[in-house]
Amino acid sequence: MQLRKLGVLAATAALVLGACSGAATATDPLGVIKVGANDPIHVAFWGVISGADASLGTDSLYGVQIAADDKGGKLLGHAIQVTTEDGLCTPEGGATAAQKLAADKTIVGLIGSSCSDETVGGIKALTDVGLTTISPSNTRPALTKADRGPEYAGYARTAHSDAFQGKAVAEFVFNVLKLTKAATIHDGSAYAEALQGVFADEFKKLGGSIVAQEAVSKGQTDMKPVLTKVAAAAPQVIYDPVFVAEGGYLWAQSKQVAGLEKTVMIGSDGMFTPDFVKAAGKAAEGNYLSSPNFSAFQAGYADFLTKYKAKVGKDPISAFHAHAYDAANILFNAIEKVAVKNSDNSLSIGRKALRDAIFATKDFKGITGVLSCSASGDCGAPLIAVYQITSRETGGTWPPAKPTWP
Amino acid sequence: MKASLIERLTEGAIATFLWLLRVAVVLVVVVGSALTIMSGRYSLEVYVGLVVSGLTLGSIYALIALGYTMVYGILRMINFAHGEIFMAGAFAGYFVVTASDKLGFLNQGPVTAMITIVVAILVAVAVATPIALLVEKIAYRPLRNAPRLVPLISAIGASFVLQYTFRGFFGPGIYSYPTVDFLDQTLPISGVIVRYVDVIVVISAFVMMTGLYLFVMRTKLGTAIRAVSEDKDTAALMGIDVNRAIVTTFGLGAAMAGAAGVLYALLFRQVFFLTGFVPGIKAFTAAVLGGIGNIPGAMLGGLFLGQVESIGPTLFLDGFNVPSPNQLKDVIAFTMLVLVLVFRPSGILGERIARSRA
Repeated sequence: MQLRKLGVLAATAALVLGACSGAATATDPLGVIKVGANDPIHVAFWGVISGADASLGTDSLYGVQIAADDKGGKLLGHAIQVTTEDGLCTPEGGATAAQKLAADKTIVGLIGSSCSDETVGGIKALTDVGLTTISPSNTRPALTKADRGPEYAGYARTAHSDAFQGKAVAEFVFNVLKLTKAATIHDGSAYAEALQGVFADEFKKLGGSIVAQEAVSKGQTDMKPVLTKVAAAAPQVIYDPVFVAEGGYLWAQSKQVAGLEKTVMIGSDGMFTPDFVKAAGKAAEGNYLSSPNFSAFQAGYADFLTKYKAKVGKDPISAFHAHAYDAANILFNAIEKVAVKNSDNSLSIGRKALRDAIFATKDFKGITGVLSCSASGDCGAPLIAVYQITSRETGGTWPPAKPTWP
Repeated sequence: MKASLIERLTEGAIATFLWLLRVAVVLVVVVGSALTIMSGRYSLEVYVGLVVSGLTLGSIYALIALGYTMVYGILRMINFAHGEIFMAGAFAGYFVVTASDKLGFLNQGPVTAMITIVVAILVAVAVATPIALLVEKIAYRPLRNAPRLVPLISAIGASFVLQYTFRGFFGPGIYSYPTVDFLDQTLPISGVIVRYVDVIVVISAFVMMTGLYLFVMRTKLGTAIRAVSEDKDTAALMGIDVNRAIVTTFGLGAAMAGAAGVLYALLFRQVFFLTGFVPGIKAFTAAVLGGIGNIPGAMLGGLFLGQVESIGPTLFLDGFNVPSPNQLKDVIAFTMLVLVLVFRPSGILGERIARSRA
């Protein structure tokens, strides 16, 4: 009896001593991730890597991988391991992916998701276990609103908020194209619904009128009924910021509906990919897509493009590779800042410390701009451009050479 | 005594609910249509455009539905892998049409375009049929005498295997059919846009369906198929090769689906490994709507579903000023299914012999 007590005491003392000698910050309100001496630092990417929108997530994943390569594949002497989880661009897919990731105790930090819907579905699971994710391509404004719920505590993004994108497109249509009658179509996704809403509000503020606001559902192929209905309101321009498949159907079929032959179609960054242009075919020519303004990126972007081409073998396939590269670097920087090296070469990384370090990012020199994170996780530099699609792009050359506006 | 009272009450409640449902749906349809038409928001051309769109989509649904209904008729099982056979056909056609485009043959004129389409359909049939026969051989034949739920699960498994095999071969991205200039030209009718592709899709669908109907009704093998679907054991006793009848059924259904895949892709242009899922579900719905097991029923169900999806949202809901009604087209389509099944549990042209078989 006595002996056993003694043993417990000794063990406790050893633990305390060990902890003291190891690290002063080995406690963290959200727990500490231990990276063993020979274990890699596990970073996960979650986003859409299959289906019609695969190019959106895959493009971002390349950005993350290039960021890891630039570090020599190593951080603090540990290899960087990047795993992926498919979020399918839906809330359900995002929830499933996040739950799986939340259960993996080796994950240090995450990059993702691709689609705002995935984040809406999955963020709670990640935040609850103390993880932090940085999204390179979510643009729904509500995700980084000051009054976002506590479940978003573990969420930041390097993508622009659609509060900027919707406004930019509205200004482009009203001031540059000088059109005053617009219709919008969304697909019920968190991204599209919010973006067309911002556009409509801003367009009305500028003095334009919204003659129809319609919606389709994901997976829908026959767009003629909805386009026919929109045509009855005789819009000069249709703003349909959806994704690749539905966007392709909408643009291609718009040419087959009486009254829309001359209507200008405008999409946004979710459709800014060669897959979309292929899907829309010749119907894309003369129409517009908004996306991050690549000409306004920092000097490092040219260098990044060379690496991208060397790694993937072609030019970027979507719009958010650079944002992903920056997001990964913000995460790596934060890990380097807060990780505590133990005497046996293992690392202790406090989850809360890491989250705070990410949110404290200030004047970070990324390739999309000089980035500082707000308290609600907005780290992006909101630079939007509108690109006109011409026979050059439908002929198979991507990306568009230079923006039409600004 | 008490139990029977509760039973009677529940029964009464269910009956009342069903009646209310019927009345509500009929009211929405009648009042909504009246309001929409009276509002004068849409011209006659708009309605004609919607009907044309519904007709093209509906004839494709009908073609796929035939496969579901025939297999159900003969084996009493739902072949959930059928949508993937359709997708395989669309993929096969893609390579033919693209090759023809690359050779500069496709857009030389209406004749070369038509030749390409016919070849694409034949190749699609040639690819889809062996896949379906293989699925039958591997996933269904060993389970022919198993309880009815077993082949159903096996079918779902086969469907996943096919989807992800195609994903493995062709990746997750979208393949877009090249533009066929001839098909995009419109018929010289003023006011409505009817493209040649719409006409071609509808005509080829009807030709194929008529051919199938004649085959099943007039030929010896067709008679064998009907005999096996009436009673497998008795048919076998009469000297009918049951296996041959079943394999023929699968082959015919797959040929229709493969051809439908090409027609679908000519209309909508995009193909990827999940292309078969939604049309598959819709065609299955069409088969149930028309009365599963019944060939003319599947055709009618497909055409009906196409029309409801196309014209339904605008016609029924616009009058009530429902915002973006087209997002609700699936709700409308499936409400119609429920309604048809409430009024006629065996579908529009439900099998009259169903009762004696069950």
